[in-house]
Amino acid sequence: MTATTADHGHTHSHHHEPHWAIKYLWSTDHKMIGMQYLFTGMAMALIGGYFAYAFRMQIVFPGEHVPTWGIVTPAEYNQFITGHGTIMIFWVAMPVLVAAFGNFLIPLMIGCDDMVFPRINRLSYQIFLLSAIVLIASFLVPGGGFGGAWTAYTPLSAVPEYNLTPLGATLWVIAVALEFIAFLLGGVNFIVTTMNARAPGMKYNDIPIVVWMIVLASILFMASVGPLIAGAIMLLFDQNLGTHFFDPAHGGDPLLWQHLFWFFGHPEVYVVLFPALGIVAEIITVFSRKKLFAYKMVLYTAIATGVLSFFVWAHHQFIAGIDPRMANVFTATTVIISIPIAELCFVYVATLYGGSIKFTVPMLWALAFMVEFLIGGVTGIFLGASGADIYFHDTYFVLAHFHYTFFPIAIIGTFAGLTYWFPKMFGRHLNETWGKIHFWGTILPFNGIFIPLFFTGLLGDHRRIYSYEHFPDLNTEWLQSLRMLATVSAIMMFAFQVPFLINFVMSAIRGKKADKNPFKSNTLEWTADSPPPHGNFPVLPTVYRGPYEYSHPDREDDYWPQDEPPKKGSASLAPATEAAE
Amino acid sequence: MSAYTRPIATGRTVTGMSTAKLAVWWIIVSEVVIFGGVLASYIMHRIGHPEWQHSAAHTNMWIGAFNTFVLLSSSLSAVLAHAAAERGDGALAARRLVYTIGGAVMFLCVKAYEWTTEISAGFTITASGFWSFYYTAAGIHAAHVFAGAIIMGFIAVAAKRNQDLHRVEIIGIYWHFVDLVWIFLFPLLYIAK
Repeated sequence: MTATTADHGHTHSHHHEPHWAIKYLWSTDHKMIGMQYLFTGMAMALIGGYFAYAFRMQIVFPGEHVPTWGIVTPAEYNQFITGHGTIMIFWVAMPVLVAAFGNFLIPLMIGCDDMVFPRINRLSYQIFLLSAIVLIASFLVPGGGFGGAWTAYTPLSAVPEYNLTPLGATLWVIAVALEFIAFLLGGVNFIVTTMNARAPGMKYNDIPIVVWMIVLASILFMASVGPLIAGAIMLLFDQNLGTHFFDPAHGGDPLLWQHLFWFFGHPEVYVVLFPALGIVAEIITVFSRKKLFAYKMVLYTAIATGVLSFFVWAHHQFIAGIDPRMANVFTATTVIISIPIAELCFVYVATLYGGSIKFTVPMLWALAFMVEFLIGGVTGIFLGASGADIYFHDTYFVLAHFHYTFFPIAIIGTFAGLTYWFPKMFGRHLNETWGKIHFWGTILPFNGIFIPLFFTGLLGDHRRIYSYEHFPDLNTEWLQSLRMLATVSAIMMFAFQVPFLINFVMSAIRGKKADKNPFKSNTLEWTADSPPPHGNFPVLPTVYRGPYEYSHPDREDDYWPQDEPPKKGSASLAPATEAAE
Repeated sequence: MSAYTRPIATGRTVTGMSTAKLAVWWIIVSEVVIFGGVLASYIMHRIGHPEWQHSAAHTNMWIGAFNTFVLLSSSLSAVLAHAAAERGDGALAARRLVYTIGGAVMFLCVKAYEWTTEISAGFTITASGFWSFYYTAAGIHAAHVFAGAIIMGFIAVAAKRNQDLHRVEIIGIYWHFVDLVWIFLFPLLYIAK
């Protein structure tokens, strides 16, 4: 952290150095807020990961003492699976992929000095931090944390007599609602900053894809979360005021919650997918020294996917008693949405084709993202078909499928971005050898966890089962050995995060010093110092070309920074410089 | 607290629209889907529960109509405040914003009277599905009226000193949105019997 603020003597610091608490906790600097989101997200990931460890241990050693926790009771088991899902999606994937990378990258990559609303940005993080504290508090209140799964289906979540966690369930809803408010504030900032504060000369087609993707994700989030905010208010009233919006015993409708939840919940998949796709696009162009294949098509495809994502939500409800005719419609839309995503995979492969590929750590993560996400996408087609889904629904097949989408997004995508921008964030290089050890130590066990779970799911393993000892059909030696393989792989994967954390801290403090542009990239953030000082650029840059001009035939260098002025005499579209500066 | 200096980014207007105005439109986008979610849920259930009309029969259309009138009038003074701010007359803009705040206060007082009457008559939020939606939808709207009035108070104080006059228009846009939501709520909750 100290490295990020070594910015003495620049033009903005005419007032003396602020108190550390103000510098780290009350900062309006987009880079510091990005770091706050990043480190909060990483801390929450440790909690979410620990929960996964505890419930995987319970599954393979039912009723036995779990090291560092003890006996996992049924209520605790439910609390762990609920907490794991909630934390990993709302307090890890969202804050790290959208908020941390969005905050750090957007002003740097579009060439301005900060977000357009720095104080709203600070408020966004503070509300987010509050939401994380409320969530953690919900595990500790009398009655324990909420155990009704991260989807919080009603009436289980709505009626205290059913869920037996009156306080935990209420705090869960409040935490989620606060988190939504934090990301709405952040999202307005991202969208308006990108629309209004781009460097002179940066046209829509000159915006790096990762910025586009984060902005599209913010728009998707904003357009989909509203009904769930309304639903959260209604759920709070059901829990605490005695209304019956969702309780069928008193004329309410439990399906209403499912619609409100998944109307948000499905676009949410793309909210976190888009930033990861953007990060991968940046990395594969830099480390294959190739122009991104079909920039505009990537952009339009992402927009089309975003629009389509609003019409697929009911594929989560095929066995919830919805009209079969409606199920047919949602089967069609769900299968259609795999087309643009498949197209993006081909576009990325086309970008790599014929490039001079360097297998650096970020590149390994980016390539792993493409491979692993592909498995997630292909298995999704089985679930999108309503007929097949009737069998697969709520089995470990579903679980393995969405971990093959969310893990590449939230973990692989994050590691790709973190290792790529590490020199810019901390001014030092990450140790490559340890980076590669961590990469293989994460990727191999990841497949070891979830490939067996596809098979247990196919063989009938239902999700969220406390102990398979009570199900003779499922309590076979073969199934148990597959479960064991998954658990052992999970523990290996968790163990390999220790070298990462050590490497991360050691490299940030003592790694090799990085210059401004260590990977010879084109985008504007690499023209700022590493790490960038407050205000980012000594002189705010002007943009002359798109972000992916690698290996241009007319140039000796194999890259062409966006802000490098064209040679005098050459026909160029030199934009007018900013009048205000 | 360290001194805050507005970044250069805030003053940039690549779209040709001021940053603040662009932001308030996006906030309205996010609000449209929040109210959209409530109202779509309500409409679907209202269609599915014909018996709710017996509850709806007890709402007071005339009080609702009066509040519609109050809110629309308050929007008029918000427009006039914007006109004054455009001319650079901060004091007049502030006075007209105070009229709008007065409208908001009047709206909330009428609402308080109306709800007190209904609750004393036994029509509480748990009385039926209709009343649950009635209090939830109108309550979320009332919270927006309340919040808007407070923000307007801050803007009026600044406008009086001729500071940040562009904000008069921004709060006006928001206020029209709050109005518009009521235009949907009034027929759905009061007129549809």
